[in-house]
Amino acid sequence: MNEFEKGLEKYFSGEQLLKIRRTKVGIAGCGGLGSNIANALVRSGFKDFELIDHDVIEASNLNRQNYNMGEIGASKVETTAKKLIAVNPGIYIMTKMLKLDENNIAGQFSDRDIIFEAFDSAASKKLFLETFGSSGKLLIMGSGMAGISNVKPITVRKARENVYIVGDEESDIAKGLPPLAPRVIACAAMMAGVALERVLLYN
Amino acid sequence: MRLTVNGENMEYEGASSLDALLERLNIKKDGSAVELNGKILGKEEWVAQLNDGDKIEIITFVGGG
Repeated sequence: MNEFEKGLEKYFSGEQLLKIRRTKVGIAGCGGLGSNIANALVRSGFKDFELIDHDVIEASNLNRQNYNMGEIGASKVETTAKKLIAVNPGIYIMTKMLKLDENNIAGQFSDRDIIFEAFDSAASKKLFLETFGSSGKLLIMGSGMAGISNVKPITVRKARENVYIVGDEESDIAKGLPPLAPRVIACAAMMAGVALERVLLYN
Repeated sequence: MRLTVNGENMEYEGASSLDALLERLNIKKDGSAVELNGKILGKEEWVAQLNDGDKIEIITFVGGG
């Protein structure tokens, strides 16, 4: 057990830590949602990760994604992996630089207990639910987090027994609303929170 | 026929295909997933015929993340 894991004992019982550590999480997309979900999860003690994203870091990502200037041009999944390891060197992590689409998504994340949907398009989110909706895995999805205003608040909705949707389900970047750090990071943190809650309080 | 759509009961008088219902409700198919009687439909299953008493849940996603 390293120092970070010892530090978690201040907040969690041994039994709780066991439940967290044995949970396998997958994150589909490593951008605004994914990079921030990963950050919240590793700090909460999760240690078995699979990250999939085909993309590299661009300057305009930095307004909300968990990356820095020196990392522009680098792979998102590899950079996130490095950051997670820097928090807890004891994690298991698999990264795939792959663009998920209807031709390859079906076989992904097969051993995961929880899969986070962290895509940026409505079509990809639809594909995610259609692909994994009957898999028995816990799915945590994000929909509606663009813009400045919180008039439509970001909420957690249990859409099916195994599907949670976090967001306001309305604020679409397609409407010209920009994706900004406060709401995107809030949404990502709440998505990680759903996982923690399900793992610790529902089993 | 009587349908329940997202929890709301409705009396539906239109063509009995799921496709037609979604058109009538102005649902953007590209960003929406459909659950029919508890089962999430795959792409090929959207041609499903509707029957009296069917329960439909439509989840419409928006972009961003």
